[in-house]
Amino acid sequence: MSRRHDWKLCVLVSGAVLVSGLVAAAVFSGCSEVSEAGAGIAQAAGVITPDQAKSITRSAKAVEKTWQDLTPEQEYYIGRAVAAQVLQTYPPLDRPQANEYLNLLGQSLAIFSDRPETFGGYHFLLLDSDEINAFAAPGGLILVSRGMIRCCQNEDELAAVLAHEIAHVEKKHGLSAIKQGRLTSAFTIVASESAKQMGGEELASLTREFEGSVGDVVMTLTTSGYSRKQEAAADAAAVKILRRAGYPETAMLTMLERMDQRLANAGGLGFAKTHPSAKERADAVRAIIQGATPASEPARQQRFAAAMQPVTAGK
Amino acid sequence: MTTKVLAVLLAISAGAALAAPMSVQVRNCRVRATPSQLGSTVATVDYGAVLQAGELQNGWYPVTTADGKTGWVHQSALSKKPIAMRAGTSDVATGASSDEVALAGKGFNEQVESKLRKEGKLDYTWVDRMSAINVGGDKIAQFRTQGHLPGGAK
Repeated sequence: MSRRHDWKLCVLVSGAVLVSGLVAAAVFSGCSEVSEAGAGIAQAAGVITPDQAKSITRSAKAVEKTWQDLTPEQEYYIGRAVAAQVLQTYPPLDRPQANEYLNLLGQSLAIFSDRPETFGGYHFLLLDSDEINAFAAPGGLILVSRGMIRCCQNEDELAAVLAHEIAHVEKKHGLSAIKQGRLTSAFTIVASESAKQMGGEELASLTREFEGSVGDVVMTLTTSGYSRKQEAAADAAAVKILRRAGYPETAMLTMLERMDQRLANAGGLGFAKTHPSAKERADAVRAIIQGATPASEPARQQRFAAAMQPVTAGK
Repeated sequence: MTTKVLAVLLAISAGAALAAPMSVQVRNCRVRATPSQLGSTVATVDYGAVLQAGELQNGWYPVTTADGKTGWVHQSALSKKPIAMRAGTSDVATGASSDEVALAGKGFNEQVESKLRKEGKLDYTWVDRMSAINVGGDKIAQFRTQGHLPGGAK
């Protein structure tokens, strides 16, 4: 997709540049850099109309945009669709008390991330699945399976799981999975003059790119996984969140060690499919954590058990 | 050359002292009394609202609202780009970044979501339900106290 648009622009711009004999500039500057100047020159030379020149300039700016240019509002709508799609495969667990506790814990951690504010805020939901898994949809919709809860012996370890997912949102890892071609097409549709009042055709095209983008993120969350580098970055950011929030950083380590055992028994399903080995992650985390493992705080242990026992005792 | 450098330095130091307009890029933005997410709320400002922001300090901007209230907002809630609302509406879903090529307002937005809903492609029931779980600042503070967590470490 992006190739097609880039090519189209390059042809237009190259035509303009040729008019004024600036072929060398095009060769050495690359397409996007000459696009604006090229449009101006072409307009001056009478090759294109002022409106067309404006449109080329806008489109050229549009194709330079990446997932990092998506606004929090756009991220919010992508994240909602991602969560809705994941929930088609992994049904929600309708336990208000447990979900309330999960949100209290999650939101009390999110305020200590480097990105405490997202468009719609951080929200958490349990999944009725025995698979060991957790998903962070862009914008802060975080889904945690019953199987994952079973990997956590106390609130501190669940905090480590949630902090890792919050870190993926903080670093916009989900959005980075969207193929550039889709964004290029979407940005170009919007940048075009005709999209001023978005008609049925533009809406249909945009919706297609939107669905594709959502599909890219869901595929990464559920099947292909993030890169090892992204996972390591999320673990490091999670440790930072735990430290700031006052949870023992060692909880990250104990959680990973238990997960390593359980995943070995689970035969490579769920989290194991999309994450580097828990052992590999534990080794990396061991190098960055500070402090000793404190005895589990009774008050936290008690409320964790009260909220989560009905969940872990489920089928 | 020296004059140019001096001019730039002057501009930078003047900029540091002056407040610059910044737009709220989240749906609900709380202006806090202290630079902390646990700080008490001085004012609540909507998506697209413009605040006068001072120099960034450890991730927080000191701000002044349109009606003169002062406080702190985390940098993740603010954007240097102005965010224009579509004329005649205050609905956040129709907000459009005035950066002409942004998707907002006519890109990946509520209109697209509505189309997907109408076509029955996605069920948002539980997305809406989980989004409605808001525990709020007071409950978080209480949760932290009950859990014997040290307060507000940076």
